[in-house]
Amino acid sequence: MPWLSILIAVPVLGAVAVALLPKGSDKAAKQLALGVSLVVLVLTLVMAVQFAPGNGRWAFQETYDWIPSFGVHYAVAVDGIALVLIALSAVLVPIVILASWHDADGTGADNPPKRSVKTYFSLLLVLEAMMIGVFAATDIFLFYVFFEAMLIPMYFMIGSYGGAQRSYAAVKFLLYSLFGGLLMLVAVIALYSIAGKSTFLFPELIGAIQDPTTQKWLFAGFFIAFAIKAPLWPFHTWLPDAAAQAPAGAAVLLVGVLDKVGTYGMLRFCLELFPDASKFFIPLVVVLSVIGIVYGAIVAIGQTDMKRLIAYTSISHFGFIALGVFAMTANSAAGATLYMVNHGFSTGALFLIAGFLIYRRGSSYIADYGGVRNVAPLLAGTFLIAGLSGLSLPGLSSFVSEFMVLVGTFSSPVENFGFEIPAIIGATGVVLAAIYILWMYKRVATGPTAESVSGMKDLNGREKLVIVPLIALIIGLGFYPKPLLDVINPAVGTTLANVSVPAFAPAHPVADQKGAGQ
Amino acid sequence: MEPAEIFPHSGGVIGVSWLMIALPLLGAAILLLGGRRTDRWGHFLGVAMSLASFVVGVLTFVELLGLGEEQRRRVVELFEFIPGMVNMGLLVDPLSISFVLLITGVGSLIHIYSIGYMSHDPGRRRFFAYLNLFVAAMLLLVLADNYVGMFIGWEGVGLASYLLIGFWQHKPSAATAAQKAFIVNRVGDFGLLVAMFLIWTTFGSFAYGPVLGAAGDANVPATAIGLLLLLGACGKSAQLPLQSWLLDAMEGPTPVSALIHAATMVTAGVYLIVRSGAFFQAAPTAQLVVTIVGVATLLAGAIIGTAKDDIKKALAGSTMSQIGYMVLAAGLGPIGYAFAIAHLITHGFFKASMFLGAGSVMHAMNDEVDMRKYGGLASVMKVTWATFGLGYLAIIGFPLLSGYWTKDGIIEAAMEHSPILGWLAVIGAGLTGFYMSRVFFMTFHGKRRWAEDAHPHESPAVMTWPLILLSIGSVFGGAFLIVGNRFMTFLSPAVGAPEEPLGFHPFSVPGITTLVLVAIGAGYAWTKYGRSEVPAVAPRGSFLTTFARRDLYGDALNESLFMRPGQWLTRLAVFFDNRGVDGLVNGLAAGIGGSSGRLRRIQTGFARSYALSMLFGAAVVAGALLLVGNL
Repeated sequence: MPWLSILIAVPVLGAVAVALLPKGSDKAAKQLALGVSLVVLVLTLVMAVQFAPGNGRWAFQETYDWIPSFGVHYAVAVDGIALVLIALSAVLVPIVILASWHDADGTGADNPPKRSVKTYFSLLLVLEAMMIGVFAATDIFLFYVFFEAMLIPMYFMIGSYGGAQRSYAAVKFLLYSLFGGLLMLVAVIALYSIAGKSTFLFPELIGAIQDPTTQKWLFAGFFIAFAIKAPLWPFHTWLPDAAAQAPAGAAVLLVGVLDKVGTYGMLRFCLELFPDASKFFIPLVVVLSVIGIVYGAIVAIGQTDMKRLIAYTSISHFGFIALGVFAMTANSAAGATLYMVNHGFSTGALFLIAGFLIYRRGSSYIADYGGVRNVAPLLAGTFLIAGLSGLSLPGLSSFVSEFMVLVGTFSSPVENFGFEIPAIIGATGVVLAAIYILWMYKRVATGPTAESVSGMKDLNGREKLVIVPLIALIIGLGFYPKPLLDVINPAVGTTLANVSVPAFAPAHPVADQKGAGQ
Repeated sequence: MEPAEIFPHSGGVIGVSWLMIALPLLGAAILLLGGRRTDRWGHFLGVAMSLASFVVGVLTFVELLGLGEEQRRRVVELFEFIPGMVNMGLLVDPLSISFVLLITGVGSLIHIYSIGYMSHDPGRRRFFAYLNLFVAAMLLLVLADNYVGMFIGWEGVGLASYLLIGFWQHKPSAATAAQKAFIVNRVGDFGLLVAMFLIWTTFGSFAYGPVLGAAGDANVPATAIGLLLLLGACGKSAQLPLQSWLLDAMEGPTPVSALIHAATMVTAGVYLIVRSGAFFQAAPTAQLVVTIVGVATLLAGAIIGTAKDDIKKALAGSTMSQIGYMVLAAGLGPIGYAFAIAHLITHGFFKASMFLGAGSVMHAMNDEVDMRKYGGLASVMKVTWATFGLGYLAIIGFPLLSGYWTKDGIIEAAMEHSPILGWLAVIGAGLTGFYMSRVFFMTFHGKRRWAEDAHPHESPAVMTWPLILLSIGSVFGGAFLIVGNRFMTFLSPAVGAPEEPLGFHPFSVPGITTLVLVAIGAGYAWTKYGRSEVPAVAPRGSFLTTFARRDLYGDALNESLFMRPGQWLTRLAVFFDNRGVDGLVNGLAAGIGGSSGRLRRIQTGFARSYALSMLFGAAVVAGALLLVGNL
């Protein structure tokens, strides 16, 4: 069964159907979009259950010629890395649709949406198709097409449904991304021609470029595009604007999934296509990542706007992910992959709950709140749990991934780079994260009830339905991440084998305690 | 003697020892998810879960005692947590079971007490949920068989502590104190994290058995690991330099101060040091630093305790100080381990009893905490007076009561190790005699200095019974553990034992000096606070008093060293990010586009230009491909 094509086609068809609904059928548009996204989720889960790691690298492979004369294919397949990211997208979209129920209505907003309700939900479904496609593509040209096409629905979601500065933010987002995309396009074409294999199929291009200098140039093209997308410091300044201006749901997909395409691209394409260059650039990437971790956190502490604050925390988190990818150990890279998923859930929950607060209060400024806990305990409580996941509290999912990244990085023998220092600096992030999260929570939720929030209602049924699955995932994966790691680990192993890096070996190995007592 | 081997275990009560963690966790989950529906019976469920955990703990203990001494370290495998890195399991051994009995025993009494103490609080159910959460996390901390599992419990108790300090979060002071506790603890956690990085890199495992078994081998960075673990311990156990959060933590309801910030959680650092003893024994430098931290904190805490008028803060200073004793003992190696843990257990009894006694007093005095407004309460609250009094006598080391045995053991062990440490610990004991007497006399004796609307009365039975039971522990616990080296023998399979156990010399010079100093301290306190008038407003006092009142300027130091520079750094970074990085990029764009206004103007009709640029892009691609294809 062509699972992946179905997963891409269903939301596209759904989007068309939603768009074709007659004018004024807003409610039907929302329901239809939610239904379609739930179908996609069920299909994804059915597919995921059939996925057997260790059964060859790619699963659910489909390859059709697209532009035969140039070796362009419609080729999709997944390994464990792609699978968990597709699952992340499929889980988040219905949650976001439910959370965005009134975001496009424009009732009472200062900035009424420029386009209709059904367009918004249609765009969401288009975006879902693109997100699944971009992770499933195994033809580099196809990947590029999805990579760029993804921008269009997001551009309209920010630009037409966002806050007061939406146009500025949307254009900034687009210009940055287009600039990166252009560099990547050049690199993609150069890769095609220099490799001389007359194909864009990723598996066939692995190891095709041997010349170190060429690798470096091509790496740069890909990497900058991904670094803008992720974004890494100093390419990050578009993100706070875009995330703050986007409607909360769109912000979730932007930061939770779209940005992951950047870090995913580094792991999938940069490392395997240009292994020597990747190793050569370790110092640079690690320095950028570590700066991002600390810088993002410090700037987050100083934010006065909730959504901007969350965006900056993400910049810090993307630093962790990139660090894990480029430390190139099994633990760090698997941790980075898991981080991409966990970050989607925890930041998703944070953005959505911030969205609920902002919807009620009509302001995203932290100073406009106070004592929310007294009037809306559930809203405040879930906000705290999401926040605690953001600061990687052990027992919540993001701890596992952050711990794996840091331990894996610290122990990395790759290139004798001395990964201990970056890991230690990264670990200071745990202190900074506590400051930015708890201080925000304190100002928003504790203290005497501010007059402006005194009438605030607690979570309604729909909102509970949005938050409960996210929190269940955050706690569940916090204590039992094994199902995801069992899928991720073999795929990461294959990737690292293609980069041919030395595996971590303890200096003074001890037997695992599973054996008889030590 | 080296610690005994660890054996895999299944079956029996030990095989289901995870129930101890699961039951209170379930309680917390039911109470938090059940919401208001559980308001009516929530506190009973909380108590029941804690008691159930205690029962399982006792049964586990009995089963463990049934095994031969060398067989008493059992690992129960639970599940694969992080594949290839961490297998989660529980280590049931004399050390962990000692903590289990303390946590669930004292914990259950405090749960019961809280039924009465929190009876008028609308958030009582939530309070019990957090208490249950705390018990579960604390048990995971001491029972986990590896550093990562321990760390999950470690952070879990930190979360419970955060939630409970900030339980009355509508008060900004409580919310701030909660946040401060969490953040300061995270500084310690940073150390713990880096210690774990080193452990993994060195051994490729986090499990206590194999890791600690090899901790003394050559080429193991034991000093670094030890110092980093110590940093973690300092955060959790409020030792210098991470002590500043504990006094503020008294914002939490008093049962919380008793359970978390006196009897159990704050002693986790001592657990960590003793559990990781193999690293410290391999690293004399790290041991030295541990003892220095312990002595410095035991003096600092005692000095702070002398100057506080808030009864809870005086007790908190005392907690710091007593944990300082434990840390000092833990830094001495096997000779001190049993005394460290024994003092930890007896301290759990008498300090919990005194905190709950303080709660009982506050309950009677409309939540007044200023001891200058107490006085003469002995006659109206007999049970509270008696139980608090026994706790007080125990902590100052009144002969034959609990603290006498355990603290004396620490002083003797320290003396043997280094006379300087020993004599400083003796001075600390004298200070303890003074400040605890001050608390006792100011509260229960002397003239009544009550507010006009105060009508003190004895607390209900649900509160006094826990006090009575705890005071039994304060009286007999020490003798039970120390006489005949009972506890040292019991503990030795888990932590090792010294070649020659310490003899008990009650009539040695340090022993006599300690008693004399304590008597002088108590006598001075009696003349100053028992017999004479206590002014309603604190006199200005000397430089030293101010120094003590201000917590030895710990907060001022933190503020000028970290907070203010941090604020500047944050502001600078935000400014830089808005003007610098972003400004540069926008400027570049503006430069290319002609003016920054252009950037805004092209937004109109951007869909069109986007389509155009896509078309252009497509043309470029097509052209390039044609070119390449023709080559």
